[in-house]
Amino acid sequence: MVGERMTASPDHRAGTAGVGRLAPAAVALIALVGLWEAAVRLLQIEAFLLPAPSAVFTEFVADASVIWSAGFKTLIEAVGGLVAGTIGGILVAFVVARWEAVRLGAMPFAAAVNAMPIVAVAPITIALFGLTNPVSRMAVVALMVFFPVMINTTRGLLSADANELELMRSYGASGWSILRRVRIPSAHPYFFSALKIVVPLSLIGAIVSEYFGGPQDVLGQYITNRAQLFQFPDAWAAMLVAAILGIGMYSLVLLAERLVMPWHVSVRTSDQR
Amino acid sequence: MGEIVAARRVSKVFKTGKGAVEALRDIDLTIDPGEFVSLIGPSGCGKSTLLRLVGDLLTPTAGELVVNGKTPAQSRLDHDYGIAFQKATLLDWRTAIENVELPLELMNVGRDQRRARATEMLEMVELGEFVNANPWQLSGGMQQRVAIARALALRPPLLLMDEPFGALDEMTRESMQQELLRIWRETDTTIIFVTHSIPEAVFLSTRVVVMASRPGRIVDSMPVDLSHPRGVDTREDERFYTTLTEVREALRGR
Ligand SMILES: Nc1ncnc2c1ncn2[C@@H]1O[C@H](COP(=O)(O)OP(=O)(O)OP(=O)(O)O)[C@@H](O)[C@H]1O
Ligand SMILES: [Mg+2]
Repeated sequence: MVGERMTASPDHRAGTAGVGRLAPAAVALIALVGLWEAAVRLLQIEAFLLPAPSAVFTEFVADASVIWSAGFKTLIEAVGGLVAGTIGGILVAFVVARWEAVRLGAMPFAAAVNAMPIVAVAPITIALFGLTNPVSRMAVVALMVFFPVMINTTRGLLSADANELELMRSYGASGWSILRRVRIPSAHPYFFSALKIVVPLSLIGAIVSEYFGGPQDVLGQYITNRAQLFQFPDAWAAMLVAAILGIGMYSLVLLAERLVMPWHVSVRTSDQR
Repeated sequence: MGEIVAARRVSKVFKTGKGAVEALRDIDLTIDPGEFVSLIGPSGCGKSTLLRLVGDLLTPTAGELVVNGKTPAQSRLDHDYGIAFQKATLLDWRTAIENVELPLELMNVGRDQRRARATEMLEMVELGEFVNANPWQLSGGMQQRVAIARALALRPPLLLMDEPFGALDEMTRESMQQELLRIWRETDTTIIFVTHSIPEAVFLSTRVVVMASRPGRIVDSMPVDLSHPRGVDTREDERFYTTLTEVREALRGR
């Protein structure tokens, strides 16, 4: 179905991530990097195809201040758009969930727009807000973030258990009270699923928008410039920074999820199995 | 005013995609304050539906229904009844005590009073140690006991209970029955109690209402002539057995 791709149901994993559970991943990472390094050296792969991890790491250290400062500027664009898109998505979700007529009118379009490659609007927002204005990139990110957040949060608000709603009704609870005590908690898992989708999306949106031009001191421009100069290890080092930023943001979402809904199956701390 | 529930020729038809289901036809039932009435009958005969009609969670298709001298809707808004469903229906994001506090919270009862009352109710259902447990950490029977504590928290004049002890083991079930009778005697609560168990209906009730299905209707209403307080001796009483037999025969359609 159109737009179904971007909506996600809350995942019902039992998640207790102790240090012990990270060990296999650490070993796999070391093995992979080792294999990569060996392959590049033994097969003499050209740097423009795939630079060795050691070369990437050398540039990552040597050019650290430039890359990190570019990363920081890109991060601001991503986070700015993420915050705007998320707040907008939540607000619209409340309206859409509250009035069925609005829902029936708006949701098919939202689903259709959600299925479109929204980054493609970057040239338009640049024309609107100006090439040097970070808002033109934030706007792209906000649009990319808005739809998954809005669609998922709406589904979450509507997902409240019929028995729970009936219970609240038996107490003569007001609509506001039901929203606060049942619908919003029911929407939390859906909202966090959306957030996990849009956090990586926000960085993608920011970097790809930067490819369309603008200030040179951002990750997207750094990567294009270095690639044009055949300085591939530099480009890869910039991607490493982007990855670190993405993982950092994602980890913050996981942390927030644990704090906000410790009761949900996916984050419960007591033994589930 | 007089009776707490007065139903006259109440019918309920559910319209579904595959046509209409006649869940209840021409229900005549009056319940006086202080009665303990059990509804018993085969699965699908409309027991839950009747309870939901009284609680204004459904509206009758036809007939007249008065609860506590008012429309069911007004009674609901006035918090005239507490309800315990077939399923415990605890809110996962609240601890056991917070779940029991829910109706008190909605009645704007102050925090301290709420805590005290909810603690008392949880102790009554023998969950004093699980006050701060999360619902998913409780067994099915324990969850059901939290739900019962919640239904009782407001001291409602009318208690609607839909197979509340269905998920309990025999021992807990008997002690909960005893507790429920104690609460019923100590307060002036009227109880409508749906069950599938004939002994449970007879042991608890002052009256057993026997229902039949297709369409759902009341076929008999039998007073239970057993003295109070009831306890282990009651289950040995000869009249207990004769009443069991009478109810069983009424259920079979005699
Ligand atoms: N919301 C509904 N929509 C359509 N039909 C319904 C609905 N609720 C109940 N029914 C139908 O009404 C009839 C009575 O249902 P009800 O739940 O009241 O039975 P019950 O006596 O409580 O059964 P049980 O002992 O199994 O709980 C059944 O045939 C059922 O299928
Ligand atoms: Mg039922």
